[in-house]
This record gives sequence, structure tokens and C-alpha cells, in this order.
Amino acid sequence: MRQVLSRFRYHLAVFFAVIGPGFITAVVDNDSGGIYTYSAAGSQFGYLPLWTLLPITLLLVITQEMCSRMGAVTGKGLSDLIREEFGLRITFLMMAFLVLVNLTNVMSEFAGVASSLELFHISRYITVPLAAIAVWLLVVQGTYESVEKIFLFACVFYVTYVISGFLVKPDWKEAAIYSVRPVLMLEPSYIYMVIGMVGTTIAPWMQFYLQAAVVEKGITAKEYAESRIEVIVGCFMTSVIAFFIIVACAGAIWSVKPRELQDAAEAAQALKPFGQYAFLLFSAGLFNASIFAACILPLSTAYTVCEGMGFESGVSKRIREAPIFYSLYTLLIVVGAGVVLIPQFPLVRMILWSQVLNGMLLPFILIFMILLINKRDLMGEWINPRWFNVVSWVTVVLIIGLTLAYVGILLH
Amino acid sequence: MTENLLFFTELLSMPVFDLKDRRLGRVKDAALVPLVHASRIDRLLVGGEYSWLTVRYDQVRSISIDRGIHLSDEVLVPYHDDEYMMRIGRDLLDQQIIDVTGRKVVRVNDVSMAIGHEGGHDILMVRDVDIGVRSILRRLFQGMLPRRWIRSLQQPIPPKSISWDFANVVEPDPLRRLRLNISYAKLEEMHPADLADIVEELAPAEREAIFETIDSEVAADALSEVEDPKMQASILEALEPEKAADIIEEMAPDEAADLLSELEEEASEEILEEMDTPDKTEVEELLEFEEDTAGGMMNTEFVALHENANVGDAIAALKGNEDLLDGLNTLFLVDEEEKLSAAIPLARLFVAAGDARLKDLAAETMIQVRVDEKQHRVTELFDKYNLLTLPVVDEDSKLAGVITADDIISVLRQK
Repeated sequence: MRQVLSRFRYHLAVFFAVIGPGFITAVVDNDSGGIYTYSAAGSQFGYLPLWTLLPITLLLVITQEMCSRMGAVTGKGLSDLIREEFGLRITFLMMAFLVLVNLTNVMSEFAGVASSLELFHISRYITVPLAAIAVWLLVVQGTYESVEKIFLFACVFYVTYVISGFLVKPDWKEAAIYSVRPVLMLEPSYIYMVIGMVGTTIAPWMQFYLQAAVVEKGITAKEYAESRIEVIVGCFMTSVIAFFIIVACAGAIWSVKPRELQDAAEAAQALKPFGQYAFLLFSAGLFNASIFAACILPLSTAYTVCEGMGFESGVSKRIREAPIFYSLYTLLIVVGAGVVLIPQFPLVRMILWSQVLNGMLLPFILIFMILLINKRDLMGEWINPRWFNVVSWVTVVLIIGLTLAYVGILLH
Repeated sequence: MTENLLFFTELLSMPVFDLKDRRLGRVKDAALVPLVHASRIDRLLVGGEYSWLTVRYDQVRSISIDRGIHLSDEVLVPYHDDEYMMRIGRDLLDQQIIDVTGRKVVRVNDVSMAIGHEGGHDILMVRDVDIGVRSILRRLFQGMLPRRWIRSLQQPIPPKSISWDFANVVEPDPLRRLRLNISYAKLEEMHPADLADIVEELAPAEREAIFETIDSEVAADALSEVEDPKMQASILEALEPEKAADIIEEMAPDEAADLLSELEEEASEEILEEMDTPDKTEVEELLEFEEDTAGGMMNTEFVALHENANVGDAIAALKGNEDLLDGLNTLFLVDEEEKLSAAIPLARLFVAAGDARLKDLAAETMIQVRVDEKQHRVTELFDKYNLLTLPVVDEDSKLAGVITADDIISVLRQK
């Protein structure tokens, strides 16, 4: 018995040794918004949206690779670099926008907490305040780091989608064909969904978070080659999970009857091969994903803003030493959780708008990233090669185009 | 708000007039030449119609927030960048500097200057580096609102600034650092733990710049206070092996060995090669041990005497080992074969007669461990017997080194 236990411990140790910033970012990327969007895509359109995953992965790899490279080479966060190279006014505008966008993201995370537990008829007026307090305490008490491992481990939940993806016996031939065959339809709800998938996968906060995490971990230019692999693997993992969520939903929901998802209970149907445990698994997974992101988002936002604006920051500081850092952190949680509790608050519309705001901010951040990464005095030999620049500018143009289309559809 | 105070944000885009009151252009930047004067603005850079011009400080007649800058000399040279110049807008604003008194890293939002008068000229002296909300407000509205309005707007916000004398600019490029006369001497006076905290907040290039420049002894103290072993290693690896060796020599041998074992084989070999022989052998011996055993935790800084020695001998031995005194609390006795026989708490020497035999002062029970004892057993012993110092012996019971309470605290903290 003891031997089994120690072997288990060994495997755990290996598991946590290989995970780094890239892995965590990838996991948080599949937050409540991600699960919801992919589920909706699969239930409504079946295998059709699968083709978007390849280009999305490519965009994801390009953006994530750039910011982790910048972090490793300069040893500075993205907001630090923007501040040092573009001045205070631009930094301020960007930070103000980022706080607003991330606030809406935090809202959708707490909405995820609420709906995951409402599956068991536990009122959100109990769960959301409790979750908010727990998140706040975790970070302020400095216990977050140890809990992070639990969150990461709980993400094994995504494996249930992979298993389910096989058990629902989807049409693999069709899935394979549509993974590579682009399907363009001029139906608004389809375009809307495709853009939503891009928006939920590539978010502004990730760029700041990943770069800061690379710096925090002390990865240097010399070790960057290994780190790059980890980042790229993380990106693919995000997409693989997305693939299986869509396939599971297509097999379990769409093949029965294509429809728009009404609530979390319907989304849980994707796990129906697990029988009576489907609800439990889905709810546990959604809860974990939401609360993990609810921990990371406010913290990362407070760090980013304080570093860019030059305020003291860090959970190792006392509240009196870093007042702005802690107030911002608290504000994001209180408002983010509070809004979910307002009766008749248009939460779904709010979450959609948060995707739009994400999409509007992202091109600016990408533009700054490309400008920064091409500065030789910052990056030395690590600046972008020309072909990479071409690809990244195309990425920016694509994302701007998609965002404009998205806003256009929303306004109609 | 005093009239002779001028913020850099206010100086920017201030109009510059020649002798006949014709407008030449607007201020684009201001520069110090630290080799000449540490705080006087030496040159103003003025954007003319086609190119930038340089205005020397003694070509300025008057500076006023309302009336702009009037010159007393019209022979202006075109601007060209030179390496002796620290431009406030380019090199200082928005960058990180070290607040020596506040012991932290801060970001420069604005710079405040005093308008002084000297020999018929108005001159600007850098006074403070502004940080905090007030200066952010000023930067945000700079150029959008009249300067006077901004001054009254910021009135209710308390100022937050660091005196220029206590601000330390960090410059990673050694040549530029020399030309700009930037030294890290002020940092050397800080407590090593504070210096380590500051260093941890900086980017790698800046970190290395500081360690390259400061005194090896201070560097050694600060480096052992850096908490993350990985960061310690990357700092050492980035330094020239010679400088790294100097720093390592100043460290306690056990810490030096721990640190070197974090480095890559090649890098640590290089550093060892540069070290002086006595320090080198000591560190090399310690490197032989596994990190999580008593041997890997111990250091070789102890004082051992022969069994038959008396208190007078002990005092003499201590005088010969003055560099060890700060951390010492126990003496050890060994027999002819260097086998450990007794431990004597240092304080007992004070209450004993000068000719008393040390053996009689020894603690009743002596706790000791072998070099291959596991780390967690060692910490257990410290807890159980309330130890300050634990002797470590090799296979032949010879005294090999000691583990002190501070080593245990570091081990526990890292868990």
C-alpha cells in the first residue's frame, strides 16, 4: 500500500514539474465562457465548427509564443514594457480598458459558479458570496499557491469530455472531414458563434498573465527553448479539449436534435454516457474552471495595472503597503460577484458584451506586442523574424476583421 | 505651490524665445550631464522648425511657467546625441529607479525641478522624482489643459516623491553607466536583506548590472539573502567568472557550496577555478555531500580545541578567528585523532576562571550527527533538543562541520 502511495506521489511530482506558465494559461483558457461557447457550438451546429480549431490554435500559438518570448528575454511584464516604451498616457488608457474588460470576465466566472451549483438547486445567493469570500481569502492569506495545484489537478475533469466524446459514438468520419474543411455560411448565428470561439480562446488578459508568469518563474532567454515547447503544447491542449467538447455535444445533443443551449443542465447532457454522474461531473468541472479563473483574473489584473502604473503590488506585501493593489483586487471581486446577484440583471447579454470588449481590446494589445517584440534594443537577437511578422500582422488584421463583424452583428 | 518649482511635464512644450522675442520652438526634452553636475539641467533640447537645437544652461535668461523660456544667447548648436547626457524624457521618465531610503523600486512619473538664479541666468536643478497619483494626473492632462489649471487640479492630492539625492538610476550597459557617472555606492549602505528585495524586483539585466558593480562583500551578503535559489544561480551565471568567484569567496562556505550546486556543472567549474585555494578546497569538500543530508547542510566555520585546553586557550583561539565571531555560540573539543569529544556553550567561558579546563565546562549531553544523516532528522533534532548549533562528524567520528539554527530556518522556509 505504502509503495503504491509513494508511486502515486512520484507521478504527482512529475505532473507538477512539467507544468508551467503555458500549461496554466491553457487550462484557465477553458473557463466557464469557453465550456459554454464550445458546448453551444457543438449542440447547434454539430461538427461544422470543428474546422475553426486549427486556425484558432495557430493564432493562439503565435500570440502566446510572442509574449512568453518577451517575458523570457526582457524579464519584464507586458504592462511594464508598454509603460517604458509608450509612456504613461497610453498605458493608462490601456489599463483602464483592461480593468473594464476583465471585470466583465470576472462576472462571467462568478456566473459560472452560480450556474454550476444551481444544477443542484443551491441558490446563487449562497454560493456566489461564499465563492467570492473564498477567492479573496485564498490570495490575501497567501494560500493560493498550494490551492493552485488542487485546481490544476481538478482539471483532469476535462478528460471526462474526451471519454464522453468516444462513448457517445460520434460520426468520426464526419468529424475528421469537418476538422479540415472550412464551412462558411452567411447565417448570422453561425458567424456569431465562430467569432465567439475565437474571442473566448484568445483573450487580452492571457497575454499579460502569461508574460508575467514567465517572468515570475524566472525563465531566461537561455532556457526559453524548453519553455516555448511547453507554451505550444499548452495551446494545442486547449484546442484538443475544445475539440472533444464540441464532438461530445455534437454526438449527444446535436445528433438527437440540433438546438440552442438554454441552460447548464442541457450542456451537461454532453456527458450523458456517465449516466447519473453526468450532472455531478459537469457541475464539478464547471465549478472548478470558473473558480480557478475567478482566482487568476482579478489577481492578474491588479498586478498588471499596478506594475504598469508604478504602484506597489504583490501578495507578499501588506494591505497598508500596497493599498491600490489590494483595493483593485477587492473591487474586481466584489463588483464581479455582486453583479451576478442583482435580480433580473441581463447576465447573458453582459457575458456576450464581455466577449466583444475582449475582442476590441485584443488587436491593440497585439499591435503593441508586435511593436515591442521588434525593438532590437529590447529583444536583441530574439526579435521576430520577418515571416513571423507577416503572420502576426495577418493575425491582427484577421482579429480586427472578426471583431468588427461581431460588433456589426450585435448591433443589428 | 511655490513659484520657483517647475515640473518636467510643465517644461515640456514650453515655448522658447530668442533675444528679439521671436519664438524658436518648444522644449522637447532636458538633459543632465552627471559627470559635470549631478542635478543641474545642463541642456534643453528645443524642437525648431527643421531640427532640434541644444540650449546650454548658461544661454537661458529666464524661465517662467507663464511666459516660457527667454534666451540670452542665440548661437545654438544643432542637437546630436552624446553618451554623457542623461535625457530626462527619454532615459528617466517611465523607467524604474531605486528609492534608497524607502528601500524599494519605483517608477518615475515626473521630475520636479527648482528654478534658481545664478550669474544672470535662470537655472533648473532637479529636486525630486515624483511617483504616485498626483504625478499621474499631471501626466494625463499634460498638454490638454493649461499648466495653471493642472496645478490647481492636483492641489488636493498629497504629493509623493523621492529626493533626487536618494534616487538611484539603474543602467545595465557598463559603458554608458561609466559615462553617465551612475554608481551603486548608495546601495552598498543598505541592509543586505533590503538590497536583495530590491534586486528581486528588477529585470535580469539590471540585477546583473548591480552585482557586477557593487563591492564583493556586499554582493555576497545580498546574494545569500535572495530567496529563490534559481535566481541566485542565474545571477552568478551571468557574471564574469572572476567576479562570481570573488563574491563566492566572501560567502559562508556552506552557502557557497549550496549555490554552486545549483549552477550548471560547467559554470560552477569555471567559478571554482577562479577561487583562491583555501576557500576553494573548503567549498569543494562541501560540494561532495548530497544536498539533503547533514553534510550538505553544514558549514565549516567552527572553532575546535584540544581536549586538554583551558579557558585561556579558548579566548586565544577566538581572537585568532575573529571573522567567525558574529555567528558563533559553541566551541568544540577534539582528541588527538580529531574525534569530537565535547561541546561547550560559549557563554560558559564568561563565568569560568581563566585556568579552568574546558572539559569541565562541557554540556552534559552532546548531540551529534553523521554527514549522511537525512535532512528531516536533523531538523527534528534541532526541535527536540532546542539546539543552536549541531556538530556533524564523518565516518571516523572526526568533526567535519556544524549546522546552525539559521540553516534550519532556511530549510523550513523553503518547504
